[in-house]
Amino acid sequence: MPLSTQSQADIDQYILIASLDNARNLSNILKAISFKDHAIFNATQNGLKVTVEDSKCLQANAFIQADIFQEYTIKEDAVGFQVNLTVLLDCLTIFGGSTVPGVCTALRMCYNGYGYPLTLFLEEGGVVTVCKINTQEPEEPIDFDFCSTNVTNKVILQSDSLKEAFSELDMTSEVLQITMSPSHPYFRLSTFGNSGNAHYDYPKDSDMMELFQCTKLQTNRYKMSLLKPSTKALALSCKVSVRTDSRGFLSLQYLVRNDDGQICFVEYYCCPDEEVGEE
Amino acid sequence: MDCVATGGNVKVLAKAIHSLSRIGEELYLEPVEDGLALRSVNSSRSAFACFLLSPLFFQRYQTPSDQSFRCKMPIKSVQAVFKSLSSLDRSVEKCRIQLNSEKSRLTITLHCKHGLLKTHNLSFQDCESLQAVFDKESCANVLQAQPRLMVDTVLHFPPSLEEVNLSVSSDRVWLRNHVEDDADPSRAMMTELCLSSEEFDHFAVSTQTSITFCLKELRGLLVFAESSGLPISMYFDEPGSPVILSVADSVLEANFVLATLSEDSHPKNHVKSNTKHPDAEQPPDDFMNDDMDSFLIAMETSELPGPSHVPTSPPHPTNNRKHSVSEDEQEEALTEGPPNKKFCSLFFGSVLPTPSQLTNQTIQSQEVLASDSEDENQTETS
Repeated sequence: MPLSTQSQADIDQYILIASLDNARNLSNILKAISFKDHAIFNATQNGLKVTVEDSKCLQANAFIQADIFQEYTIKEDAVGFQVNLTVLLDCLTIFGGSTVPGVCTALRMCYNGYGYPLTLFLEEGGVVTVCKINTQEPEEPIDFDFCSTNVTNKVILQSDSLKEAFSELDMTSEVLQITMSPSHPYFRLSTFGNSGNAHYDYPKDSDMMELFQCTKLQTNRYKMSLLKPSTKALALSCKVSVRTDSRGFLSLQYLVRNDDGQICFVEYYCCPDEEVGEE
Repeated sequence: MDCVATGGNVKVLAKAIHSLSRIGEELYLEPVEDGLALRSVNSSRSAFACFLLSPLFFQRYQTPSDQSFRCKMPIKSVQAVFKSLSSLDRSVEKCRIQLNSEKSRLTITLHCKHGLLKTHNLSFQDCESLQAVFDKESCANVLQAQPRLMVDTVLHFPPSLEEVNLSVSSDRVWLRNHVEDDADPSRAMMTELCLSSEEFDHFAVSTQTSITFCLKELRGLLVFAESSGLPISMYFDEPGSPVILSVADSVLEANFVLATLSEDSHPKNHVKSNTKHPDAEQPPDDFMNDDMDSFLIAMETSELPGPSHVPTSPPHPTNNRKHSVSEDEQEEALTEGPPNKKFCSLFFGSVLPTPSQLTNQTIQSQEVLASDSEDENQTETS
């Protein structure tokens, strides 16, 4: 283990140490939000939260709880930094990212504090690689002010059916329209593309619908380009919760099971498209 | 219009559409009493395909009240409705095609498992009827084989191969890749396959002949036939006449009509024979026949952009053949450009027209092959 090569002095200076026997438990979930180069890391006693944003309209968060890690030590209340996510993912998969059973990359992630690089110790089959990635001043993530008390409509669906719909969505449509209602059509995804429009309707009593709590009819449009990255998270997930609040803001929460069957969460927040178009 | 296909037939419908997409960019849809006709044609009009799905194919089949409804739409739009072909039979229970005439939309609704409903409202364009005139009965040679045989045979040719040559004798069939006359013999690879008549379910050759046609466009039919397990029948005659490949069962019939290279296909020969009549009025044509239903008239076409092929007076379809070609060929003779694509363009006319209607419809349904961009008159009349 890389730990044995470090002196006690080295270990003492780190303010954050997180270790995983299988680096994929981190890299897979980070891939689900890797639509931009930079990610904001925020570590607390509870675990790691990684945030990626796009044009102030879309925010994706990945949560990896402390108990997912084989070792998780944090010396401050909150540790924050920003790194290049693409570089981080390249390092995490430096051994090729193969899926041969029994062979996986072990990870030890260490951080000294403000101004220091993020140090990764990666080991596979006795070979150790050390990566040091420069960190930047963390930007403040946008607060979408999305709180559960303001939620008007909520559904929880099994991901399989949504995966099919998202893979078939007409990409020539600039927007994805989501209609949620206590009455027909209940939950509808619509696109308006070059060849015409398309609607995907999920009835409230479908066996794919695990929860249906819609209080009023709401139709909102979101830019397709903003929502497209969420399909990565959808592909990894087994369940997804779709919520809209009174302002039309969208919250997508994905339940992801990692290689070891442990649960992590990924969430996407998206602003509605301001233009008011025809139905 | 209201048609409902259920169960396995939804996949068959989807496969038919995918098959047609190998031919042309647009899908022509025409619901008639005999069934739903789905057609496509390639840009040079040298390949045409038609699937006729009888009313029995559908759980419910209702033609529109407006008997002459026909439309066309980009085939990609329709293919998008039937994505993920492999899971169609597992996920889709019912497919409904309806015409919403108020909004000019064709609505295709897929009723899927778990209550999921997929509704596609596709915009379409009105169009004239697309129907190549051909007659299988008059072909001298008829072969029928299991799809497996055809697919295995075609496997030996590279996917990029455009043209293939088929020769028949009284007891054998040869398939060769077609190599252009001016190709460098040292670089060309020749592949030849010989099949005995015994390999075929039906082998009726009355004229020993050799035809060359485009293999690419045929692959769509081969895929369809193989998945449906239906035998493929081939009808052909002498070079220049189209080859017709068809599959049929009790509820559907598919015909793929491909033009073949004509005998005098060498560019030099063309020029010689045609420069004699640069402005030929209407030279006698070997294929001249008044009975439109039983004869195919071939029009030569050229890859060089040329004047449009709208027939001038008298508007008899056979007239175009030498007339328009001569203009193009003259240009070619002068410039010595790349060899023409020498496939005959298939004749398109209305099926079973009355003699008086004949000439008018002929003009209307003939689309321009290679139009001048300025020429607006050639757009289809609705």
